Amino acid sequence: MSEAMLHVDNLTRNFVKRLDLAAKVAQKFGADVREEVVHAVDGVTLKIPKGGVVGLVGESGCGKSTLGRMIAGIIPPTSGSISYKGTELTKMSSAEFRRAALEIQMIFQDPFASLNPRMRVLDIIGEAPVMHGIVKSAEMEDYVCEVMQRVGLDPEYRRRYPHQFSGGQRQRIGIARALAVKPEFLVCDEAIAALDVSIQAQVINLFMDLRAELDLTYLFISHDLSVVEHISDRVVIMYLGRVVEVAETDALFDAPNHPYTQALLNEVPRLDQRGIDYTPVKGEIPSPLDPPPGCHFHPRCPHAMARCSAERPVLREIAPDRWSACHLNDET
Amino acid sequence: MSDAPTLDVRNLKTHFFTKAGVAKAVDDVSFSFKAGEVVGLVGESGSGKSVTGFSILGLVDPPGRVVSGQVLFKGKDLLTLPKEDLRHLRGNRIAMIFQDPMMTLNPVLRVDTQMVETIKAHDSNVSKADALARARDALGQVGIPAPDERLRSYPHQFSGGMRQRVAIAIALLNKPDLIIADEPTTALDVTIQGQILFEAQKLCRETGTSMIWITHDLAVVAGLADRISVMYGGRIVEQGAINDVLDHPVHPYTRGLLGSVPGHNTRGQRLHQIPGMAPSLLNLPQGCAFQARCPKADDACHTEPAITEPVSGRAIRCVHPHLNADEEIGA
Repeated sequence: MSEAMLHVDNLTRNFVKRLDLAAKVAQKFGADVREEVVHAVDGVTLKIPKGGVVGLVGESGCGKSTLGRMIAGIIPPTSGSISYKGTELTKMSSAEFRRAALEIQMIFQDPFASLNPRMRVLDIIGEAPVMHGIVKSAEMEDYVCEVMQRVGLDPEYRRRYPHQFSGGQRQRIGIARALAVKPEFLVCDEAIAALDVSIQAQVINLFMDLRAELDLTYLFISHDLSVVEHISDRVVIMYLGRVVEVAETDALFDAPNHPYTQALLNEVPRLDQRGIDYTPVKGEIPSPLDPPPGCHFHPRCPHAMARCSAERPVLREIAPDRWSACHLNDET
Repeated sequence: MSDAPTLDVRNLKTHFFTKAGVAKAVDDVSFSFKAGEVVGLVGESGSGKSVTGFSILGLVDPPGRVVSGQVLFKGKDLLTLPKEDLRHLRGNRIAMIFQDPMMTLNPVLRVDTQMVETIKAHDSNVSKADALARARDALGQVGIPAPDERLRSYPHQFSGGMRQRVAIAIALLNKPDLIIADEPTTALDVTIQGQILFEAQKLCRETGTSMIWITHDLAVVAGLADRISVMYGGRIVEQGAINDVLDHPVHPYTRGLLGSVPGHNTRGQRLHQIPGMAPSLLNLPQGCAFQARCPKADDACHTEPAITEPVSGRAIRCVHPHLNADEEIGA
């Protein structure tokens, strides 16, 4: 594997619900009220090589979006480090940091909420490159037309407002906005989840074309395993804030190691499976406010042992370039 | 069980009369099915799949109106039925499950209140204790742990998946002959979706309830349904047995749709993409709605294609069906 473009090391993010005055007073009088802490991301380590596409999969509340937002610099981590091209983000000079922040761009899930409804497409796409001195304001319009063409939008429409476009076109505007500042790394957070199937295929193809043309690196966050299988080189599976398995896409889909990955792959509806007998995983996704001790998955796991509820399994290499966090791998 | 269809929808047309023009949300839709069958109604947003479900139950609000057609439920036409008779059927013989369970559940009433109400509305002779017992059984049937305690909870105390189970349990209460499920798993996580699909399948097999499963997700329908109807621009463009349609799609839209689903064997390849986007229902072209995006379109497509049966058991609307099995999907 080539040198890591992005290296996330032991990254953690907690969200704390602070006590208000009334609760503090109640606490003084001995009431059992405490601050509530959500470990949204709990010690995640991740490497993304240049030019790679890493798929990040998990169910709601597993911290995948929080992780993406930390990498894109939208929210700061509680602890741990993010290194971009070998330098830690917090140790960069302000000029370096600004450049890194430009090179890492994010594409959001909801193409309706992520565009300013009162700005014309021309300004949505053109504002950032002018601000950052990538183009002069006189050349902005030509530049925007070029970017729009690249993502398959008709430049004729540059003076329109977002509401005049369909969902798929809006997502293209979001992609054009990210591309306009010449990024090298794209964090796509459920970027195609809100689109219809036929439009999804168009946007997936666009992502693959852009990768080839512009040598982009992706972190592709999704709950949809079929899409991730199609698009990624490597897959990272998260459950309740922790990474449970990391592997090359083929290896992971051919022989999932972690019981959660196995369950997840089992549940994905596939076109070639007809009239199947469903055998669902039991139980619900636990609340991240109060995750089970030890391995977070043990209450739902068919192979759970005594050790699983006591000790947190570490993510370790079980085969070359293949990582899993499960105590079962220590047996045998 | 007799061979007579549980539901027989004939030439249903539901139009919305808006200021901008008439939107033909459902345009000449016909399908029927027998007891215990699961029919997948598949389409993209705006294809009219949900409005079809609403029309069957008489839930279309102005400016929408069912313009013509028949919905025969066990021989009775629901569209001409007096309101009071229809009310007796709804929630009793025919139930509906919505995408958002919060739409079905009243947030300020406990689950037991809502479930007992559903039973009593259709049979006032049931005692409260019997109704509660039935409610508890229904919760147990859809896999809710500790149903006795959960009966006394409010909807907000349930997670999304559990809420959807409660909605399904309410739909089951009166042992309906037909359930219309409108995207019931779209908002749920993969493992929770698997659990709901499991319950739905068990239900149809055990009780002989028929189900219309409305969804945009072909893969979900593939695992669950016996038959499939694909909608586009307010019309059913192809319908037939699930294996036939998915393995040998005949309509260019079905072929394109199947080709654009990523999966097992598509890694590293470009997905087939249908060019353009779905037309607005206000502004459908003359003739076939798919012509602007169709690789086979020509002048013949400007006239409305009739329903034909080029392969036995398959109804399609296309002038240029793909009948040669060797043609590559998406070609």
